[in-house]
Amino acid sequence: MAVVFEKTKYLTDKVFHYCPGCGHGIIHRLVAEVIDEMNLNGKVIGVAPVGCSVFAYDYFNCDMYEAAHGRAPAVATGVKRVVGKDTLVFTYQGDGDLASIGTAEIVHVAHRGEKISTIFVNNAIYGMTGGQMAPTTLVGQKATTCPKGRDEDWCGKPIKMAEMLSAVPSSYYIERCAVNNTANINKTKKAIAKAFRLQMEGKGFCMVEVLSPCPTNWGLAPTEAMKWLEDNMMPYYPLGVFKDKEAE
Amino acid sequence: MALTLMKGSEAIAEAAIRAGARYFFGYPITPQTEIPEYMSARMPEVGGCFLQAESEVAAINMVYGAGGTGARVITSSSSPGVSLKQEGISYCAGANVPCVIINVMRGGPGLGNIQASQGDYFQGTKGGGNGDYHLLTFAPSSVQEFIDLMMVAYDKAEYYRIPVLFLADGIIAQMMEPVELPEMVDFKIDPEKKPWACTGWQPGDDPEKRGIINSIYIDTESLAVHNDELQAMYKTVIENEQQWEEFNCEGADYIITAFGTVARIAKSAITELKAQGINVGLIRPITVWPFPYDAIKKVVAQDSVKAVLDVELNEGQMLEDVKLAIGGAKDVDFFGHCGSQMPTTDEIVAKILSMKEGK
Repeated sequence: MAVVFEKTKYLTDKVFHYCPGCGHGIIHRLVAEVIDEMNLNGKVIGVAPVGCSVFAYDYFNCDMYEAAHGRAPAVATGVKRVVGKDTLVFTYQGDGDLASIGTAEIVHVAHRGEKISTIFVNNAIYGMTGGQMAPTTLVGQKATTCPKGRDEDWCGKPIKMAEMLSAVPSSYYIERCAVNNTANINKTKKAIAKAFRLQMEGKGFCMVEVLSPCPTNWGLAPTEAMKWLEDNMMPYYPLGVFKDKEAE
Repeated sequence: MALTLMKGSEAIAEAAIRAGARYFFGYPITPQTEIPEYMSARMPEVGGCFLQAESEVAAINMVYGAGGTGARVITSSSSPGVSLKQEGISYCAGANVPCVIINVMRGGPGLGNIQASQGDYFQGTKGGGNGDYHLLTFAPSSVQEFIDLMMVAYDKAEYYRIPVLFLADGIIAQMMEPVELPEMVDFKIDPEKKPWACTGWQPGDDPEKRGIINSIYIDTESLAVHNDELQAMYKTVIENEQQWEEFNCEGADYIITAFGTVARIAKSAITELKAQGINVGLIRPITVWPFPYDAIKKVVAQDSVKAVLDVELNEGQMLEDVKLAIGGAKDVDFFGHCGSQMPTTDEIVAKILSMKEGK
């Protein structure tokens, strides 16, 4: 019988710990498939964050680091400065990690034009610790640390990392995608592939932000969560390319 | 080999390069900024990398990243900056990432001042970051000793897979001394010697050799095993790596304990006291972790020794280890200053005389 599909070898056989309906499983597979298709012969090192994807080192089947909370871009910098241009170095980070505790590290990795790629999974909540307000939590969205919903007067408006990092002079390519439907999943994979290709071509810092559902902490069924993402996150976090120096 | 007159911070930086360090990540802070300045000029000459990080937090995480590839990596800072590094140091310890960290101590707590201090002894020897870990912590008392210890620091860091900390007061970095610099070590990353490092693994390779630089062990049993392994390693470090200097200890009436630059002042005081017919010895820990408890206990146990004086450039931190070593067998007195005022020879002489007079 002809084999028509195989799981990419850049994912281990370890069973994901992610909740039903979580977007991490899809995004992990996209990242791993892109790595596989690049034929890097082991020249790839990933850096996992703190948060729901803290165990990404158990899932991505390549050399991996587990970084301190928010510090993945700094760790990746240290790695890249040693291994050089022939090795793909990527960070995989959530919104609590990247957009809150790790803002200094992500801004300065972009500022230095560090030749690494970041996959930024934005689900507008702290997942691993059980649904606290993130910098990305929408105004009015309920979380365990804003039980009445995010109050703009008290906490400000959610931070837009793709837009913000696009304003950093040395960032190279910044795109926001989503995994809410097949078409957008395919677009996400293309964006990841582009970010990784640009890195291997020696270009500057690239980030793909991916809007991703968190049914568990949003208190919704998986299908409802997809709809909530479309109705609430996508209007505030518009999809698209925010910076592309290659196209300029 | 000829002696060269060099500023401490520059000599230390050059020694690190000669010991094989090729990656420096740091952030400016007085009184050690000459180290990153020197590195920024020197690293490119040897094909190395100098990178000024956005913070000490980022710098130590860059060390974690670069160290995990098997490279010889270094960062330097001073007290408030080293406090910021503690998170990353704990991760390096937890993930067994060999590296070298320099703390050129200045006065504290908080922003303190920019003068020499030994106020980070607790931080450097008792943890500093979270969890049950230790660093191999050297406390050199001269620029030459700093250089000589640097030349073996990476071998030890890699052998045990332990971060090495240099705990130096600001005097060491800021003074000039004649030094002899050793030859350049020929170091290359060898994946065979460092099977744990991230050096390029692909699916199909030996699964045991996939590089995973990590300090999380989420289930209780795994973390217990990991900590047992760390403790077993620390035990061998304690057994093998204690270093100390004894000066005029045999038959001494009093023993001074001191580390770093303060020990040199103590030696001057001992010489003066000898001229007055008072026999005083010095025991100086070179490794402050592992601490030479037994060596101090043995010296102090001599019948001739009446009492012990611990002298530090702080309010009495190593004092606690000295007391642990002696276990109440002899009286232990303390003389020290905070606020980064160096104890003087005259002050130490006066203190010993007052002890002698039973004051």
